[in-house]
Amino acid sequence: MQSSKSIAAAAAPPVPRARLVPMRLAVHIHGWLLLLPAAVLLVAFTHYPAVATILDSFFSTPKGLRPAVFVGLENYQAMIYDPVFWRALQNNIIYAASVIPLTIALALAMAILINGKIAGRPLLRLSFFTPTVLPMIAVANIWLFFYSPGYGLLDQALGVFGIGPHNWLGDQHTALACLIAVAIWKDAGFFMIFYLAALQQMSPQLAEAAAIEGAGRWYFFRRVTFPLLMPTTLFVLINAIINSFRLIDHIVVMTRGGPDNTTALLLFYIYEVGFKYWDTAYAATLTVMLLALLAFLALGQFLFLDRRIHYQ
Amino acid sequence: MSRTTLKWLIAVAGIAALTSVAVTPAAMAKDISLSFYYPVAVGGPIPKIIDGYVAGFENDNPGIKINAVYAGTYQDTLVKALTAFKSGEPPDIAVLLSTDMFTLIDEDAIAPFDGLIKSDDDKAWLKSFYPAFMANSQTGGKTWGIPFQRSTVVMFWNKDAFKAAGLDPDKAPDTWDELVADGGKLTKRDAAGAASQWTVEIPSTGFPYWLFQGLTTANDVRLMNQTGTQTYFDKPAVIQALQFWVDLSRKEKIQPEGTIEWGTTPKDFVERKTAIMWTSTGNLTNVRNNAGFPFGVAMLPAHLGRGSPTGGGNFYLFKKMTDEKREAAFKFIKWMTTPERAADWGIATGYVAVRPDAWDTPAMKKYAADFPAATVARDQLKYAVAELSTHDNQRVTKALNDGIQAALTGTKTPEQAMKDAQAEAARILRPYQ
Repeated sequence: MQSSKSIAAAAAPPVPRARLVPMRLAVHIHGWLLLLPAAVLLVAFTHYPAVATILDSFFSTPKGLRPAVFVGLENYQAMIYDPVFWRALQNNIIYAASVIPLTIALALAMAILINGKIAGRPLLRLSFFTPTVLPMIAVANIWLFFYSPGYGLLDQALGVFGIGPHNWLGDQHTALACLIAVAIWKDAGFFMIFYLAALQQMSPQLAEAAAIEGAGRWYFFRRVTFPLLMPTTLFVLINAIINSFRLIDHIVVMTRGGPDNTTALLLFYIYEVGFKYWDTAYAATLTVMLLALLAFLALGQFLFLDRRIHYQ
Repeated sequence: MSRTTLKWLIAVAGIAALTSVAVTPAAMAKDISLSFYYPVAVGGPIPKIIDGYVAGFENDNPGIKINAVYAGTYQDTLVKALTAFKSGEPPDIAVLLSTDMFTLIDEDAIAPFDGLIKSDDDKAWLKSFYPAFMANSQTGGKTWGIPFQRSTVVMFWNKDAFKAAGLDPDKAPDTWDELVADGGKLTKRDAAGAASQWTVEIPSTGFPYWLFQGLTTANDVRLMNQTGTQTYFDKPAVIQALQFWVDLSRKEKIQPEGTIEWGTTPKDFVERKTAIMWTSTGNLTNVRNNAGFPFGVAMLPAHLGRGSPTGGGNFYLFKKMTDEKREAAFKFIKWMTTPERAADWGIATGYVAVRPDAWDTPAMKKYAADFPAATVARDQLKYAVAELSTHDNQRVTKALNDGIQAALTGTKTPEQAMKDAQAEAARILRPYQ
């Protein structure tokens, strides 16, 4: 503000005609100055790191006295031959494909449940939302003991039905599923809030009209409620996808990727390569892969889903 | 705010500014300030002990200031120290895992202690540590780390469970055969055949290689060479050791199947889910406070030989430092490892006091008399070997960890698992040979 005024003021006195150009310039400068704080932050913390990561992936890892040298696509070649990478990618796809639909379905179900008039509604709302408030590290530590064989909550509950103790996190067949359950439990309450807000925005006249027309509850949900919730679903979906690639705290606490990489997700593997093996160039390569994957998913969502969504 | 108060404030601020300008240059001229990264989360009893030591050192050595930075877990501390190093501002002193030695050397981040050891006193000091601890601190004829908080694997046993099974409660299994024989009596099953109490748990998450070394050493085989350029994961004796571990679960059925979580093993022990556990000496205080039954601590059982790996953290000196600072840092490390302090630190934390003469101090003698379990770790040091540590250490140990977990969960035979791990380790270590 100050700068545009002073520039305009400085340019003001002499000839009225000469003022036009500086005025337009002043507007531009004004605009850019307003953008500057946001732009600086965006470039420094988003664009520059992304570009630097892509560049780093074409160089070797600098070690001690050996500087980085250009190696072309060698890091990408190593990635193709890296079984742990493929394992992590496969795990991540299974993880995302289970967590995303189940979380959204559960969030929607919970939202509809507590949107209706039922007894103890505030208590239910609170209990559904509680997992969201807890930090993931705390959640993971709690669940670690839920899953412990023998005296853990899960085994005690199953013991009532005569099902013997099981080493949930120590068995390659169940470890990933256990982590998926934690992620769903953690995120469903958060997404429920968005659905609940959307449901409460919805006009009650729609339900009344449908009731007069004699539409069943399921029909009403399928043809009216769900389509009207689509913008919320898209928002939730994008967040769920991001979370399924971004949240790895519970893996660090509960399994550290084990047993034998059964629960290694992409970001966890990137952390291991980058900050345990200190192979920063290869970590950059893996990050580029993850970026490309997420960009592809986001693009798909906006191009494909956006068209099918009815915005009010 | 009234005008007079404002005036006063300005005057006070002005005086403060003047005095600080006057004082700082003088102080800066003689004060040496050292940053010291220490692996523990802020809060709790340990930072208090370290703060006490730092204050004691500053008191004894005016002109040297130590800024202790509590940096989280070992892994967090290493990440912080190395990132700081890469951005040109390394810490001066850090306590990091002894096994990170090769990684730190390869990054050209640390300096050896040899140049600093000139007087006879210094030479005697360097020789005063247990050789088992120095094995992870020296390579290529140079000393890169000084033992500080070191531990080893020991066996805890529940005396009540032994009594209930008709075994001598004061005698832990001393060999692999005795462990398996006792196992027949200690494992308790319910009507459906599910175990309500296991005989033994050897944890296998996080760092299974460390506990595995308790088995391989007893089977009289080493996992790597002293220069950290070669591993021997596929030697028959290593495969046999892994076979024994797998058999405890699958053949003898005295240990739970699958991997066993490191973090919940002490809980399993105090909840009487297992009669015996292998864990770090660092869990001594925890178990002592929580077990509702008498328990004993013993050396790991022997087979062809006896032994356990050492573990824990060393002092390291980072490179980019003036000679003056380096001397001051060296002084601090020597001060922290005197016999009295090593004894005090061991008593306060449960770590093994790092030098034999610490055990002759009056405080330590009294502690050992009250709590004989504490001396087991010390006595086991005679048989201790270096913890697995090589160049590109985390990657090599990961190859071994994956192999061990694959064998324990039954996806690979021990032989296949160790051959794969060795092939992977050999591939990683090729550039260093």
